[in-house]
Amino acid sequence: MRRLRLRPSTDNLLTYGLVIVAYIVIRILIASGNISSALQGQLVPITAYIVMAISLNLTVGVLGELSLGHAGFMSVGAFTGVITATLLSTFADTTSLEWLSLALGMPWLRLALAMLFGGTMAGIFGFLIGVPVLRLHGDYLAIVTLAFGEIIKNVMNVIYIGCDANGILRISAVSANDLQLSEGGKIILSGPMGAIGITKISSFTAGFILILITLFVVLNLINSRAGRAIKAVRDDKIAAESVGISTWRYRMMAFVTSATLAGAAGALYALNYSTVVARKFDFNTSILILVFVVLGGMGNIRGSIIAATVLTVLPEVLRAFNEVRMLAYAVILILVMLIRNNSTLRRLFRRNGRNGAMRKKNLLNGGKGDEA
Amino acid sequence: MNAAKEKTIMVPLPSQAIIPERDAAKKPILEVHRLGINFGGLVAVEDFNIAVGRTEICGLIGPNGAGKTTIFNLLTKVYKPTSGAILLDGKDTANMNTVQINRAGIARTFQNIRLFRSLSVEDNVKIGLHNEVRYSMGTGILRLPKFFKSERRARERAMELLDIFDMTHLASHRAGSLPYGAQRRLEFVRALATNPKVLLLDEPAAGMNPSETEELMSNIEKIRDRFQIAIVLIEHDMRLVMGICEGIAVINYGKIIAKGTPEEIQANPLVIEAYLGKKKGDEAC
Amino acid sequence: MDFLSYFISGISLGSIYAIIALGYTMVYGIAKMLNFAHGDVIMVGGYMSFMATTNFGWPPLLSVLFAMVVCTVLGILIEQLAYKPLRAAPSLAVLITAIGVSYFLQNAALLIWSANPKSFSSIVPFDSLRLFGGKLIISGTTIVTIIVCIVIISALNTIVNKTKVGKAMRAVSEDKDAAQLMGVSVNKTISITFAIGSALAAIAGVLLCSAYPILMPTTGAMPGIKAFTAAVFGGIGSIPGAFLGGILLGIIEILGKAYVSTQLSDAIVFAVLIIILLVKPTGLLGKKVLVKV
Repeated sequence: MRRLRLRPSTDNLLTYGLVIVAYIVIRILIASGNISSALQGQLVPITAYIVMAISLNLTVGVLGELSLGHAGFMSVGAFTGVITATLLSTFADTTSLEWLSLALGMPWLRLALAMLFGGTMAGIFGFLIGVPVLRLHGDYLAIVTLAFGEIIKNVMNVIYIGCDANGILRISAVSANDLQLSEGGKIILSGPMGAIGITKISSFTAGFILILITLFVVLNLINSRAGRAIKAVRDDKIAAESVGISTWRYRMMAFVTSATLAGAAGALYALNYSTVVARKFDFNTSILILVFVVLGGMGNIRGSIIAATVLTVLPEVLRAFNEVRMLAYAVILILVMLIRNNSTLRRLFRRNGRNGAMRKKNLLNGGKGDEA
Repeated sequence: MNAAKEKTIMVPLPSQAIIPERDAAKKPILEVHRLGINFGGLVAVEDFNIAVGRTEICGLIGPNGAGKTTIFNLLTKVYKPTSGAILLDGKDTANMNTVQINRAGIARTFQNIRLFRSLSVEDNVKIGLHNEVRYSMGTGILRLPKFFKSERRARERAMELLDIFDMTHLASHRAGSLPYGAQRRLEFVRALATNPKVLLLDEPAAGMNPSETEELMSNIEKIRDRFQIAIVLIEHDMRLVMGICEGIAVINYGKIIAKGTPEEIQANPLVIEAYLGKKKGDEAC
Repeated sequence: MDFLSYFISGISLGSIYAIIALGYTMVYGIAKMLNFAHGDVIMVGGYMSFMATTNFGWPPLLSVLFAMVVCTVLGILIEQLAYKPLRAAPSLAVLITAIGVSYFLQNAALLIWSANPKSFSSIVPFDSLRLFGGKLIISGTTIVTIIVCIVIISALNTIVNKTKVGKAMRAVSEDKDAAQLMGVSVNKTISITFAIGSALAAIAGVLLCSAYPILMPTTGAMPGIKAFTAAVFGGIGSIPGAFLGGILLGIIEILGKAYVSTQLSDAIVFAVLIIILLVKPTGLLGKKVLVKV
């Protein structure tokens, strides 16, 4: 028999603490100029990936369903966010209300609203996609999420969106000229070229705050009545129904929450670049985030944060060995999975003593671990 | 066992089912009429009729593969019946699904234990309390005062229920790591937590030694008395069935072949032939 | 006439998907795992055939055989090194490992052959077939692809249903432990499955590159995903299902490209998949599994 690890509240404090300390340390490094510019450029993407990993962990680790299309929600959030931010700045220029113009002139407010709308739109997509997807289970569910991710990518690739000088949106599926923008109009989304001419308003601090909000939502959700119901559905659907838990409701709740957070992360990510293409949010990105989740430990939120950070920084660090770095990355991935999941190999590598090994097995074996 | 206890007097209903005399004043909590299911032509259960009194302990016995668990699955709508009606407290359950059945008052345990294995014992019971201690997702995320109040209540209720089986000291253990007997008891507690009117126990004594079984028997009766609920159980351990069940239905090949009090069942030649075989009145596993 | 022409190219592309899907479906049916690296074995097959013809100057048929041998060995190696230690592991762990193998193959190919696309010359020496006075032109590659696919499917169906190896495969697919107890060597059966799947991947690689003559380290990725979709479409684990799913997917893709939109053809394919799965949750020819309670 085994007792569960730390009390959830203590464990959660540790996670928040880790994020806050990491933020402070990086801020100090930036202030003292001890951080490479390449790495500094990675800070916002890292925060976005962390949010993606945490949110995917809600679906994969806590709900126990494999999603291969998480990047699709990021895409929806990204483009919604870009459109929102562009519209808001157009609005700031044209509105006659001085206070509104002033307020919308502040980048952080536009960013916050962009993330809010991006998240909301992704959540709506999550619901619409969830209706068919959540009728399936296991591998079939996985392939349908993959399919939706690809559909979103393909559709985003042929859509043209622009807004004219008055802030009115025009949409076309043919070409940029088809938008018939008047003088002073602006193309926001240009088909295969993606979103262009984005004003970069994301910042590391914004990413940090989004991580904190994500942690707050996900950790509190996990450790509440709804979270227990989600975990119950994961562990045994039939038993969950037999005690009066609507599996549809809680599967949907986890799926939509996960999509919403991914959408917010997408907005943060897109508004960090001057252009973003739909191809960026393809199957490979979904897989990359899934790798973060699995390596960090299913259901282990802190693990997701660490894995997302390390695995985004690692290729940068390995840049010196540019030729072989992706190969090394692949080998490391395979070896980690083998060592973690094969009892013979694990025994060879066990060195953390009994307790550590137990915890590792519990958290990292890709099985159903205890939540952070 | 229970030699001192008075024997229940069973009385017939108009539908010819029998229920304990003490429950006869009220209508039966569970009435099943001509229930049946076939899986693509294979008739698994046919023409199944019983009535269960409000505080009755009712046994369902029969050889392996006779269709006993299928009946539980039909009662809880895990399978949709192809014919017949199930009345819970006089209400037709035809349009209900598994979740609604539980909310209406039927809880169950499973033959091949189905716990939420990765969660703690306490959480398993709290999940059973899902529909009793309620607050919204937003309340939970925002940690509003109602969250703390409800969680405290859920914890108290969970401990109260675990205490019935002396399991409070196991509260923080992982359900999947408990020994077999404790897992069965936990499933029992979890079902009880949903505040049922009828509790279906699928082989509650499986894998238990005689002294554990003895304890289980007194616990089943204790729970019936304390919560005033009906209990229907499937069991192969004849000592348990004959010891605590008031009405017994014997099933073979998906049909009831005999119904009656333990004494009547033990004396019924059909039952002896179909089920008890040579070793009359003893364990027949 | 246009329609007929598109339809035939659809069947041809579908035949390639079907051959790849067979590898997915057999491995899934027997080892219960999604071998995501399968698509990259196709790419390796393509490069092998390319090297054999351009670098060594071997005849086309020999180059195909060479590719098959290399891919078979590669498939068995991958299975032994990466998947076999994970027989008892959760399926998600195996999936991630397969993704790791896929990354590995792609990046190894990148190191060896660089990212520059190689232009692959078709290994099919036949001329195009001209019908209806030249109105309908069917390329030799198309004809060969379709014929090869039919031959492979019939051969595989015979192997699975008529031979002792096939019986072992069906037994392992039904119940690994019971098969083991009945004296079937589970490990050997799984290895054979990987070997067959990888040899087919090599053939698919050569055919794919003959039809779409650009060879890159990522050549196998998208056809891999689509063939996997085809396998699920037809009902994963079923050989006729893989055939049916592959062919239908190919036709839908080509017709979608021709009549709706080039860029949206993939979206159409995936949308059809979703609709099929909603109507028949285990695919067109998949078996319905009853959960035992």
